[in-house]
Amino acid sequence: MNSEFVQTLWLTFKLAASTTAILLLVGLPFARWLAYTRVRVKPVIEALVSMPMVLPPSVIGYYMLVVYSPHNWFGDWLGRGFDVRLAFSFEGVLIASVIFSLPFMVQPLQNGLRALPNSLREASYTLGKSKATTFFRVLLPNIKPSVITAVALTFAHTIGEFGIVLMVGGNMPGETRVASIAIYDEVQALNFEAANSYALILFLISLVLLTTIYSVNKKHDSWRVM
Amino acid sequence: MESNVIEIRVRKQMLTAHGLMDLVVETTVEMGKLVVLFGDSGAGKTTLLRILAGLTNPDEGFIRFGQTIWLDSEKKINVPPQKRNISLMFQDYALFPNMSVEENITFAQPKSNLNEAEDLLRLLGLAELRKRKPSGLSGGQKQRVALARALARKPKMLLLDEPLSSLDAEMRILLQDEIEKVHREWGITTIMVTHDLNEVFRLASQVIHLENGIIKRAGTPESVFSDTSISGKVQITGQIVHINQQSVVNIVTVVSGHNQIIKVIAFDSDLENLKLGDQVMVFSKAFNPIINKLE
Repeated sequence: MNSEFVQTLWLTFKLAASTTAILLLVGLPFARWLAYTRVRVKPVIEALVSMPMVLPPSVIGYYMLVVYSPHNWFGDWLGRGFDVRLAFSFEGVLIASVIFSLPFMVQPLQNGLRALPNSLREASYTLGKSKATTFFRVLLPNIKPSVITAVALTFAHTIGEFGIVLMVGGNMPGETRVASIAIYDEVQALNFEAANSYALILFLISLVLLTTIYSVNKKHDSWRVM
Repeated sequence: MESNVIEIRVRKQMLTAHGLMDLVVETTVEMGKLVVLFGDSGAGKTTLLRILAGLTNPDEGFIRFGQTIWLDSEKKINVPPQKRNISLMFQDYALFPNMSVEENITFAQPKSNLNEAEDLLRLLGLAELRKRKPSGLSGGQKQRVALARALARKPKMLLLDEPLSSLDAEMRILLQDEIEKVHREWGITTIMVTHDLNEVFRLASQVIHLENGIIKRAGTPESVFSDTSISGKVQITGQIVHINQQSVVNIVTVVSGHNQIIKVIAFDSDLENLKLGDQVMVFSKAFNPIINKLE
């Protein structure tokens, strides 16, 4: 029981950390593009990014299962070509989790970038600095509160995920059984003591993360760009 | 093709407070000159600077800097701002809030050179403030940092958008000197937006007076702002701050750029087209000073 408890928490942490790391890598360039692009389909793309915030997790979970299925060309191609099966695996849950938490990473970053005066970017360009230099040395350091918010929110949201993990991953110890699912499972087995331990830990982690977000934003309120 | 001029032909439709307006500018600027863009707000001065910097695209146009073509809308050439080797000093300064005064300057240098950064800090009286972040600076201090940063890039062309507007009179004169000195020593072609006539006469070798998007007049400050008929030996420009109407004569108080206060006697007929706030020129003709409204 004890080793299973640790394993479940470790898996929860691993999923949240991997999701956050992947989303940070993908989310930064994507948020930058979204903040400054003038393509016509921007509202559609923004809507698609935000869909996980309004759709029930089961809808996304269902579609992920359809995509992963060997009856589908993508799942078939993965299975035949690489001997990879994504349904009910950690990797499958990870991909679903990345898609599901995308808005929590992209939106704070995009809003942070939009709130910066355009002249900062333009000044850097006129000083001969490339887009990449401008992004990493001028823009990013000035949206630090947004970056911290995005990372903490993504991490907390992934830890809090339930529906999509259950749909895509099921409840396999050591593979897809994360803390939120373990709570559900233990309650069904009338094992309230274990459920209580999981619940308390999730509660505390989320509380710490959200407190971090709010204190960072409060501290930087007075620090805002001129 | 003259290699020592900047050729500018641009057209852009702009949305202003008074509706749509066409900015149509065709002019040439000699390299190494200090040119002032003068005109009311909304006349298109800042937009023209941004077009020169490559930050705003005109609807159509052609810009040639010496032998380099920066913009040719017909041939779809548009050199990005990074490649134009210019510096633009923004009206809102656009200092990087994450960097100290010193870092703002060294960031702008094409090659890191601490001695030159030091010279700029000293030149603009910023040595004491080097470790401060922009948020801890006054408006005038920010303006000086922005100017130092613009110079640190060692541009071929310096674009200044009202560079001295928020400085007090003393600092303003000091910086006018510095701009003039830098311009003379480095030979940077400088285009500067200003509302201040005093600055125009002090610094400019060429004035482009924009009104509602078109060039109203261009040339030397004297030819743009003075009636050619005037043969006065002394000319001072300034702004009317007070009009004291008395029974026989009226006393008009004019403040010139250096906070110099001049009292001039004006007759009722003179006062007909003068009002508080007017930009005027006081000139001496034979015996007494005469006051005249500037076009």
